[in-house]
Amino acid sequence: MNDAAAIVPTTVQGKLLWAVVAAVGAISLGVFALNRGEAISASWLVVAAVCVYLIAYRFYARFIAYRALGADATRQTPAYRRNDGLDYVPTNRYVLFGHHFAAIAGAGPLVGPVLAAQMGYLPGTLWLLAGVVFAGAVQDMTVLFLSTRRDGRSLGEIIRAEMGPAPGTIAGIGVLLICIIILAVLALVVVNALKGSPWGTFTVFCTIPIALIMGVYGRYVRPARVGEMSAIGAVFLIVALLYGRTVAETPQLAALFTFSGPSLALIIIGYGYVASVLPVWLLLAPRDYLSTFMKIGTVGLLAIGILLVRPELQMPALTQFTDGTGPVWAGSLFPFLFITIACGAVSGWHALISSGTTPKMIENEAQVQFIGYGAMLMESFVGVMAMIAACAIHPGAYFAMNSAAAVIGTTATQAAATISSWGFVVTPDALAQIAQDVGEKTILSRTGGAPTLAVGMAQILAQFLGGKSMMAIWYHFAILFEALFILTTVDAGTRVCRFMIQDLVGNAIPTFRETKSWANNLVGSAISCAMWGYFLYVGIIDPFGGIWTLWPLFGTANQMLAAIALMLCTVVLFKMKRQQYAWVTVVPATWLVVCTVSAGFEKAFSSNPAVGFFAHATKFGSAAAAGEVLAPAKTLGDMTRIVFNDNLDAMLAVVFIVVVLSTLAYALISIRKALAVPTSTTQEMGAVALAGGTR
Amino acid sequence: MNKLRIAYGWAQRAARMMIGIPDYETYVQHRKTFHPNESIMSYEEFFFERQSVRYTVSRDRMKGCC
Repeated sequence: MNDAAAIVPTTVQGKLLWAVVAAVGAISLGVFALNRGEAISASWLVVAAVCVYLIAYRFYARFIAYRALGADATRQTPAYRRNDGLDYVPTNRYVLFGHHFAAIAGAGPLVGPVLAAQMGYLPGTLWLLAGVVFAGAVQDMTVLFLSTRRDGRSLGEIIRAEMGPAPGTIAGIGVLLICIIILAVLALVVVNALKGSPWGTFTVFCTIPIALIMGVYGRYVRPARVGEMSAIGAVFLIVALLYGRTVAETPQLAALFTFSGPSLALIIIGYGYVASVLPVWLLLAPRDYLSTFMKIGTVGLLAIGILLVRPELQMPALTQFTDGTGPVWAGSLFPFLFITIACGAVSGWHALISSGTTPKMIENEAQVQFIGYGAMLMESFVGVMAMIAACAIHPGAYFAMNSAAAVIGTTATQAAATISSWGFVVTPDALAQIAQDVGEKTILSRTGGAPTLAVGMAQILAQFLGGKSMMAIWYHFAILFEALFILTTVDAGTRVCRFMIQDLVGNAIPTFRETKSWANNLVGSAISCAMWGYFLYVGIIDPFGGIWTLWPLFGTANQMLAAIALMLCTVVLFKMKRQQYAWVTVVPATWLVVCTVSAGFEKAFSSNPAVGFFAHATKFGSAAAAGEVLAPAKTLGDMTRIVFNDNLDAMLAVVFIVVVLSTLAYALISIRKALAVPTSTTQEMGAVALAGGTR
Repeated sequence: MNKLRIAYGWAQRAARMMIGIPDYETYVQHRKTFHPNESIMSYEEFFFERQSVRYTVSRDRMKGCC
């Protein structure tokens, strides 16, 4: 065994150093976990998280890479075997780390922790740390490893090859469902951030012409000059951000950019449709460049801000809402906390990315530890920062922003009274003051996490850059940053959905598969937008604010995909005859199966109408049959619509359960088959040592 | 000054890779070494080829959402 594979440090200094890291981590973790009743500095959380990441990376990740997976740094990777200078290129590991991190980091880790904060800062943070160490990063690294050993094949292909065609198709259906739900949820986040906000709406709308200008510049004026076009885009964005204040303060202009939720929803659906049929260089690519760079920059800025400002966490460690009566989302701590925070702890989407471009560029197998596990740790840290930002604002303001109007009413006085009655004492003036500080008319019921994060970020950033007068600008900067990459996702995601629909319908009508056909794309995009647009629109007119209903569905779907990926990893470990190490994926896979199945089951069948869709449908259905109209419905028509949507959502939850359980059955069959054979039955490539040995 | 230029080079490579554009010099080197008498795309052609591949969805390529 060489030095790189030594799991325990061999030198005295090494042992001493890690003992110190462990001690510091344990103390910080203890301080912030056991603190009750008083505000605590976020520094404890940051130090604890960093120590946990360091130890996990140094010991557990190395153990998995070298012992469990048997990563071999001398084995040829697809980047060398199939080197073509384009798709398959050996790439410096730091450069590739940046690529991989930029691909996995999105809106998920920013929103989930904010929503989870309704239970206090502790449960969400502990899950962010434990989840990433034992599930999320393990999944990312293992899938990256499997794909690297299979010429960079995709998750779906590996499932088909190792488990059979049926589970492959099942996973495909799962991916389509997640795609639809996540597009609806993310678009909902944007709508909630922009409704009734002329400043935000103006700046976000401006990103469209800005991207078009960048696209034309980069195509015809100075072809392929990314740096120049991004700089131009950034300058225009700043101008739009600053001018947004004037728009908001000029009544005639403000009226042009003030929209209600439903109109914004329709605008975004229309945008998604048009954007997804335009050539990529015109809108999608320039927007993607801008949002990628802005994402990396803003995350870095927030990290610096948290380190410099060291904000105090005002949210208690635990709130009374751990019992499942919270106003942000329904459901008790188990299983719903573990699906509310998906990205940041464990995200099934990463399995798709880890089997995308990264495995085709990795220089040697051993780097899966740095790129797969390491990048996911960094994503988890983004989640921790989002948690800090959400908990650094006053809990009263937090609940005012994240509770639906049906719960807290529509005026600051009603909201302050309701929230104070929960024990988070806040005055109407304080709520109005925050709205004024961030340059908005109201902050009430801006559900979806993005506005909360924006207020938190604005508070932190304004403390070291510009003071209170800059708060409104930082707030809208944060909204712009989130909306920018969410809209990029809406565009890219609609295309992914369209492709899957074309692939599916193509089974019946083969000509529909032709993706170069304009007619096919127009029709495919329309179906795709109609599907996610339906859920979006329903979410917007839902008096509970949509997030309440849709976020648990999204979380379940995302964790379902992670469960599938981890089951695949387990099957392959058995087929490789490495079953003595299979527990590294069996443990998180089991946990995710338990969480998704029980969450899906509760969402569908719980007898509590606040949680179970069928129970809610029955309650409203029988009331409607008796001619009654239950709040929040206003007409009998509303009542029938609520019943229909409840049944639809319940059906989705049932589909998720079926997908998980049938994959589990196929996994068990594959494992049994593998155990019956004495030799490795897995389909790997590249068992040829690299010329020149270890790199 | 030289160190600065090297650092800039790496930063540029990292930034381009983040948006899915691999290193052009490496591509040129690859073509010269392994396909000596075949054509080599100009940087612009290379860029647009990579750009369209990044956003083309196919069975093997599905860009993440989250």
